Amino acid sequence: MHDTKVKLAADIERHTLTVLVDNEAGVLARVVGLFSGRGYNIESLTVAEVDAMARTSRITIVTSGTPAVIEQIETQLRRLVPTHKVTNWTSAKAGIEREMALVKVAGTGEKRVEALRMADAFRARPVDTTQASFVFEITGAPSKIDSFVDLMRPLGLVEISRTGVAAISRGPDAM
Amino acid sequence: MDKDDTLTRSEAQAAETMTGAQMVIRALKDQGVTHIFGYPGGAVLPIYDALFKVEGITHVLVRHEQGAVHAAEGYARSTGKPGVVLVTSGPGATNAVTGLTDALMDSIPLIVLTGQVPTHLIGTDAFQECDTVGITRPCTKHNWLVKDVNDLSRVLHEAFEIATTGRPGPVVVDIPKDVQFQNGAYHGPQAVHHRTYRPKTDPDLSAIVKAVEMMASAKRPVFYTGGGLINSGPEASKLLRELVDLTGFPITSTLMGLGAFPAARPEWLGMVGMHGSWEANHAMHDCDLMICLGARFDDRVTGKVSSFSPGSKKIHLDIDASQINKIVRVDLGIVADARLALREIIRFWKTQKHKVQADALKAWWKQIDQWRTKKSLDYRNSDTIIKPQYAIDRLYELTKHRDDVFITTEVGQHQMWAAQRFHFQEPNHWMTSGGLGTMGYGLPAAVGVQMAHPGALVVDIAGEASVQMTMQEMSTAIQYDLPIKIFILNNEYMGMVRQWQEILHGKRYSHSYSEALPDFVKMADAFGCVGLRADKPSELDDKIKEMIAVNKPVLFDVRVDPTENCYPMIPSGAAHNEMLLSPDDGGEISDAGKMLV
Repeated sequence: MHDTKVKLAADIERHTLTVLVDNEAGVLARVVGLFSGRGYNIESLTVAEVDAMARTSRITIVTSGTPAVIEQIETQLRRLVPTHKVTNWTSAKAGIEREMALVKVAGTGEKRVEALRMADAFRARPVDTTQASFVFEITGAPSKIDSFVDLMRPLGLVEISRTGVAAISRGPDAM
Repeated sequence: MDKDDTLTRSEAQAAETMTGAQMVIRALKDQGVTHIFGYPGGAVLPIYDALFKVEGITHVLVRHEQGAVHAAEGYARSTGKPGVVLVTSGPGATNAVTGLTDALMDSIPLIVLTGQVPTHLIGTDAFQECDTVGITRPCTKHNWLVKDVNDLSRVLHEAFEIATTGRPGPVVVDIPKDVQFQNGAYHGPQAVHHRTYRPKTDPDLSAIVKAVEMMASAKRPVFYTGGGLINSGPEASKLLRELVDLTGFPITSTLMGLGAFPAARPEWLGMVGMHGSWEANHAMHDCDLMICLGARFDDRVTGKVSSFSPGSKKIHLDIDASQINKIVRVDLGIVADARLALREIIRFWKTQKHKVQADALKAWWKQIDQWRTKKSLDYRNSDTIIKPQYAIDRLYELTKHRDDVFITTEVGQHQMWAAQRFHFQEPNHWMTSGGLGTMGYGLPAAVGVQMAHPGALVVDIAGEASVQMTMQEMSTAIQYDLPIKIFILNNEYMGMVRQWQEILHGKRYSHSYSEALPDFVKMADAFGCVGLRADKPSELDDKIKEMIAVNKPVLFDVRVDPTENCYPMIPSGAAHNEMLLSPDDGGEISDAGKMLV
């Protein structure tokens, strides 16, 4: 598993949290407003309805802070009225985290060949091809996408669109 | 899977059809509401129409929506029931924001109903449109915009459930005008149960057992109690008294918790914090066990956090899990309703036959008695000029024989003096803006208190600066025959601002002098109430008696020493054992301290 518990600065840790919420109007604003209002960081955010019958949405947030701040973030998220459940995948060490990115690279000649070769090594798939460009689709842990993007930079990187992290638990049980 | 809020077929069939506006009134009645504080406007006209000639609900017309919310807060805090507010869209809603934030900070249950422009106009910058749910999201416990009349009764009942249970707080229900006109199905409160909201109120017994053991082995314990005990209801205060009876531990309280424990009892140390007593702050600093019950380690209590009670183990009981370890790391957290947790603590203390460390406790009390000899609330009185402390002492002495005295305050020096010197014996008799520190709170809060307690003596201990912020509510008091007493300690300054400028900013009194003050006696006359003025200490008692005796609202202009400062004081950035007792203590403030508020 991609270990997000990377030491950033002195006792600042990066954590991945998932919040299961009622899919009601303004619920995302509540979550995001909690982060901005209390001065917490959001490094990435992924949200979509996951159960149309139960009207629940799943919000996955990558955040960073001291252990005390991370604990506060979790308890503050639990306090929101529409919150069903909060899971910290980094503390639980039982989650799988994946992110998808679309990476556009433009170039010709040797650089173009090299980009395609690298993409193959990263199992990134070209989803749009012109004579002067590729759009690659790549899935993996955020660090893998970071590495791929770094490699594409000298090969004609034009732009990147990343989804943010989706996370789920290993084994048979739900979060 | 949580129980769904989907109604069963029989319940749906039993539902009555009515307009959205009628649903609002019906829901209020079904929730037992007897008083609404409000102000009409275009987007709530259908609700006001439904309210016309309704029996059993008294509507109190305020003069500004902020006043409506503070009045509802006063009503709620003095009764334990939720306060209800009805205001219009746009400015009606934005004017309510200060009160909402105040209620959120102090955990006061309010249901605030706002009108909204019709659904088809939302988002068009329509007349008196604002994004009410967006604006009030960070200053409510929860809020709703109801776009379908068939959701309205469910939302209204959920609003009451969420405002009044768990950690109480204000909620907003925003109701577009077309929804108020439409017909839909009304469901009663019993048919509604929120999908996700499940506040934890029962304590974990393992934590209780541990807490009781820690208490039994403590050598220098102190109870540090807060507004959570008041919110938990009168039984929590009773249980607290029983627990102090059982243990003989000393007890202090935050500003918000005054009255949960009787100030007359020997275990009472006075208030803790920035303007708390010498003995309370030193006991907090030197204790070996701090038992925090329904308080939240606010910066006004802790002072410098890194020096806060360095040698103690700490137990923290709070109904809101997010408060535990927020400011101060504690050794034992208990997430529960104070009433239920106290009941279990007492039960385990008794059944496990725990005893206190009697010898150690005796030595601890000896130390506390030593601190008490400092007499930190003493002040130098004068026989020519009224000292603000003296004015509050006289008000207290002349009213302490009554058990129906309710005190509200504005914010500033007078508030701290009132907290230090007006001794409360029972909960729900002290209404002050703690967390937000809202000048202008006390007068409208007094309106709400008097509305709930018609025969009681309701006094707003005020400052001349604060009281002008919501002065227009005197009209409300006149209209509803509410004989509230506005006891203005008039020092012609924003006193607390002046005090900080004196201590921190080289006596440069930048814009803190209240120039062009109104003549409060003439002002009283203009409002149609009674105006009094006292300039000399010798006339104070008679004027206070006159104020109490007159069955009308009173504006009492008490002209006090303009330069008196509020002591004791923990300067910003200092620890509990670095208190200043008087101006003679100097008061070197660190640069870090100057940065703090």
